[in-house]
Amino acid sequence: MTEGLTKAAARNIFYGGSLFFFLLFTALTAHSHWYMVTKSTDKEGLTESVELGKHVWEENMCINCHSIMGEGAYFAPELANVWERYGGHTNPEGARMAITAWMRAQPTGAPGRRQMPYFDLTDEEMTALIDFLEWTDSIDDQNWPPHPAG
Amino acid sequence: MKYETQKVALPFFAVAMALFALQIVFGLLAATVYVAPHFMAELMPFNIMRVSHTNLLIVWLLIGFMGCTYYLMPEEAEQEIHSPGLAYVQLAIFAFAGAAALVGYQFGIHEGREFLEQPFWVKVLITISYLIFLFNTSLTLLKGRKTAINLVLMLGLWLAAVFWLFAFYNPSNLAVDKLYWWWVVHLWVEGVWELIMASLLGYLLIKMSGVDREVIEKWLYVIVGLSLFSGLLGTGHHYYWIGAPSYWQPIGSIFSTLEVIPFFAMVVFAFYMFWKGSRNHPNKAAMLWALGCPTIAFFGAGVWGFMHTLSFINYYTHGTQLTAAHGHLAFYGAYVMLILGVITYAMPQIRRSQPYNQVLNMWGFWIMTSAMCFMTFTLTFAGVVQTHLQRVLGMNYMQVQSQLDLFFIMRLGTGVAVTIAAVMLIYSFFGPAREQVPASSRPLAATE
Repeated sequence: MTEGLTKAAARNIFYGGSLFFFLLFTALTAHSHWYMVTKSTDKEGLTESVELGKHVWEENMCINCHSIMGEGAYFAPELANVWERYGGHTNPEGARMAITAWMRAQPTGAPGRRQMPYFDLTDEEMTALIDFLEWTDSIDDQNWPPHPAG
Repeated sequence: MKYETQKVALPFFAVAMALFALQIVFGLLAATVYVAPHFMAELMPFNIMRVSHTNLLIVWLLIGFMGCTYYLMPEEAEQEIHSPGLAYVQLAIFAFAGAAALVGYQFGIHEGREFLEQPFWVKVLITISYLIFLFNTSLTLLKGRKTAINLVLMLGLWLAAVFWLFAFYNPSNLAVDKLYWWWVVHLWVEGVWELIMASLLGYLLIKMSGVDREVIEKWLYVIVGLSLFSGLLGTGHHYYWIGAPSYWQPIGSIFSTLEVIPFFAMVVFAFYMFWKGSRNHPNKAAMLWALGCPTIAFFGAGVWGFMHTLSFINYYTHGTQLTAAHGHLAFYGAYVMLILGVITYAMPQIRRSQPYNQVLNMWGFWIMTSAMCFMTFTLTFAGVVQTHLQRVLGMNYMQVQSQLDLFFIMRLGTGVAVTIAAVMLIYSFFGPAREQVPASSRPLAATE
């Protein structure tokens, strides 16, 4: 350690520098918040149903098997782009039916395959959940993931 | 142990170790499901195992930090703990809240954001308990001697409480939700918890190396400075793909790369102090942990973090088994080993015996550390294969996972080894105190 640096100087650099970087980080976070609300996410599309869908997502703790935008458990497929994977961009009705049918068919019981539990969702909750996933798919996320496989 | 109230730490250590054991049990169950997918599928779905595994880790680390603080504070502040009674009360509240959350999870009672799944009222109880803890320890500090060690420690603990408040904010916009979720998750583990880590490590070094406090405390400020200078903007590496502006790619890449530096500094710090120090402390096991902790933290948090932190690499690796690999070794090195190290140091003094069962403890150290490293290697290989098949070639997720079986089988094996090591360690902490073994029969002398 350099002999020139005293403990008091090191302490002052720590407090001053940390404060500086914290303020900078706070400012950038505030800007990012503004950017998300106005640019990268669909503000009008964030309907009550999408909100309810997020609630359904949380209530069933999907995050502890699946990932969404790359975050969560890594036990089951990425779902931020599940809408794209099911062809929602070209055939939204078909995608809705396919996702609903898939979820209603769980658990598959297929040997050697990871099992998804059956979630007893009402039609309204199912619609909301899919609305939420469709809305999430529309977030401008710098084109992640690199491939629709998720 | 100079101060009577240092023994307040004992029940904290005991509860922390009980929850650590439970955490490993749930980890084993989850690792088994990776190998045998139908295992307990109806009885306890995977998401319940995982939430239990991660939440137990967080809860026991926090209880461990509290125990370490209660142990260290009287010596540093030269002052008995303000109120041992309050300490026991807040431990009871915290342990009750943690247990209630854990039991609730088994019945599907939870919120749904990763790591913050605790029901609202559990979060409130945790907050209350933690505030009592801060009150109790801060008053002790205010009445007593202020050192860099206890000031930085308390700063880290207070800031952890401040950032915890973001756990109560759950906006309906998923992108905004993630933006602030990281204010808890990242600013804890890659920010203010590093203050706690560095100060506890500094404490152990002062006690065991005999190096002058002035020198160690200067290092401490430099290290925690580097942690926050890099770690705050380093949060940007979580903002690449969640709908945040693209400027986070250069900012996150640069600053999270710099996050390696404080971890490297801690390695140099620990080894340099032991090399420089004149004191030959009899607790060799504690010395082993004090050196092992920064070393594994450097690899787990530093090297394994850097491996996938650059935005153009992370674009392909984000959310693969590589993240799991990094997560396991980072938490183990930085925080698990730290608390195990403090317990190893403190227990003989709390029990007023000579360092005991050192050989068993050191075997525990080597088995657990090697197993965690091997676990990390298997998950790293799994992550690399997954990244290539899924993110480059675009293969279907489930098909890719079936290519990873071998790695998951080996990972389960490492989990069994961790379990054995945990039993050895817990026995060495709390089992019957024995006579010190003669020096000649010590097979492990890595610290000498």
